[in-house]
Amino acid sequence: MNALQMTFADGATITKRNILKIRRAPDLLGGVITLPIVFVLLFAYVFGSMIELPGMSYAEYLIPGVFVQSIVMGAQITGYTLTQDLQKGIFDRFRTLPMAPSAVLVGQTVGDIVMNVTSIVTMALMGLIVGWRIHTAPHEAVLGFLLLLLFAYAFSWVNATVALALRKPEVFNNIVTILSMPLVFLSNAYVDTTRLPEPLQTVAEWNPVSVVIQAARELFGNTSAAMPAPDAWPLQHAVPAALLWSLLLLAVFAPLAVRLYGRAVSR
Amino acid sequence: MPPAITAEGLVKRYGDVVALDGMDLSVPEGTVFGLLGPNGAGKTTTARILTTLLKPDAGRATVAGFDVVAEAPRLRAHIGACGQYAAVDDHLTGAENLEMVGRLYHLGTRSSRRRARELLERFDLTGAADRPVRGYSGGMRRRLDLAGALVADPPVLFLDEPTTGLDPRARASLWDVIAGLVAGGTTVLLTTQYLEEADRLADTIAVVDHGRVIALGTADELKDDLGGDRVEVAVTDAAGLEAVRRALAPLAAGEMRVDAAALRLTVPVGDGAASLTAALGRLAAEGVTVRDAGLRRPTLDEVFLTLTGHRSGELVTAEEEAR
Repeated sequence: MNALQMTFADGATITKRNILKIRRAPDLLGGVITLPIVFVLLFAYVFGSMIELPGMSYAEYLIPGVFVQSIVMGAQITGYTLTQDLQKGIFDRFRTLPMAPSAVLVGQTVGDIVMNVTSIVTMALMGLIVGWRIHTAPHEAVLGFLLLLLFAYAFSWVNATVALALRKPEVFNNIVTILSMPLVFLSNAYVDTTRLPEPLQTVAEWNPVSVVIQAARELFGNTSAAMPAPDAWPLQHAVPAALLWSLLLLAVFAPLAVRLYGRAVSR
Repeated sequence: MPPAITAEGLVKRYGDVVALDGMDLSVPEGTVFGLLGPNGAGKTTTARILTTLLKPDAGRATVAGFDVVAEAPRLRAHIGACGQYAAVDDHLTGAENLEMVGRLYHLGTRSSRRRARELLERFDLTGAADRPVRGYSGGMRRRLDLAGALVADPPVLFLDEPTTGLDPRARASLWDVIAGLVAGGTTVLLTTQYLEEADRLADTIAVVDHGRVIALGTADELKDDLGGDRVEVAVTDAAGLEAVRRALAPLAAGEMRVDAAALRLTVPVGDGAASLTAALGRLAAEGVTVRDAGLRRPTLDEVFLTLTGHRSGELVTAEEEAR
């Protein structure tokens, strides 16, 4: 078996393990479902009742933002599961086996796609209940969901990297929440970035979260001629920019996480 | 035949703490080698280096002919390891755990499944095979962990404190399992803090302290060095202690130890049961009142006291500190 075959075969074995774990520990999946429900209801009814947008309902504007916020917050599960496994002996066993060194992380992140699909489906259903609608052709909508899933996958690797650097579940939870908050709120998720002062405006316009939200809005047709996208390159070309951001995060954080994994377990 | 495991001058430091300070080992193929020592002596660090989990700061080591650093990926196909914290997945069943390990050794789906069932039966876990490990007892988890180390039928096996934390019954049953394995010709490196465990399972014992081997030999050789068995006598008051000391002085094969607080006296003796009979006779003749008297084997503490001049319980636990 060559190195590439081994990566796939071992990655598949660990993915199977992680999917079995998700099925047997429904508390994790419960969190993945309740978080988006709470976000959608809270933001749609609390903010939605106060904010008026020109040419569209606030729910339409809001739901793509909630999608991406839930993805960013939900990705913590990848990191949290890793830090918990680090506390136990199971990684020692893996490291003494003749398996691909990347397999544990590939298996973890691929397994978490199950979580992300569940979370996105829940949010879409909740969105439809509170008045969100898709106005584009089916293939564009499918592309929208796939883009969200790709960003979620890339973000799993970001969280895996932070988790392996911090190692302890409690520390990881604290730090990653502190990191995720500005990422979500310094974006176009809930506010119009053009009304932010500089340099916050530039940061918000290049923030991958803003870019993915803008791309989702375009692909689901949740835009209005009365509210044009801000005049910044990533938001003017949101779909390719979102794709680029996701691939860039993967290219940087996947190798970094694999390296940290090797070090984190050999102490 | 070349040795299955060799180590030359292994050094490992954690900051200022020296966990290994020139560890040398040579384990002939098909034998059981016991690393005996207290917490922090460097046993686990040695096992982790030999199983490729840690890189040494200096020195070199080979297992099954492969260098533990340069040839780590290839080496891993030839070893099985089980640590002091059972390396099993709580959410998977016993069978799923072993099948997963089989697939990661690249045995193929079918062979992995068959091997898992074989091992579950051998370790008396068939009844629990399809239950999640979360519900297993401590002894069952250790047996499953050990089964995991055997999935690929590796020629070299590492058992790091396999029975630490188990109750005496679970320990005895695990000893039977390990003894059975060893009869099959596998080379085993066993770390333990129990003299009795090393005695029961190991062909050769290396006593480890402060990250190096301080004594090497068979269990009998080590015990002979210690002067054999001990007669232990407990009395009711301090005056009795002095009377016992006078009465038993002629029997002592080494230095007597008096524990004034516990009103207890320990005498190293030459010939076991006969010495106990003689001791009781002398005490009766002197009319000394005794609360308790008995014969026992030397403890790990006494091995250490004899070899190093300090008791094992007072050692700095380098590995624990570093963790």
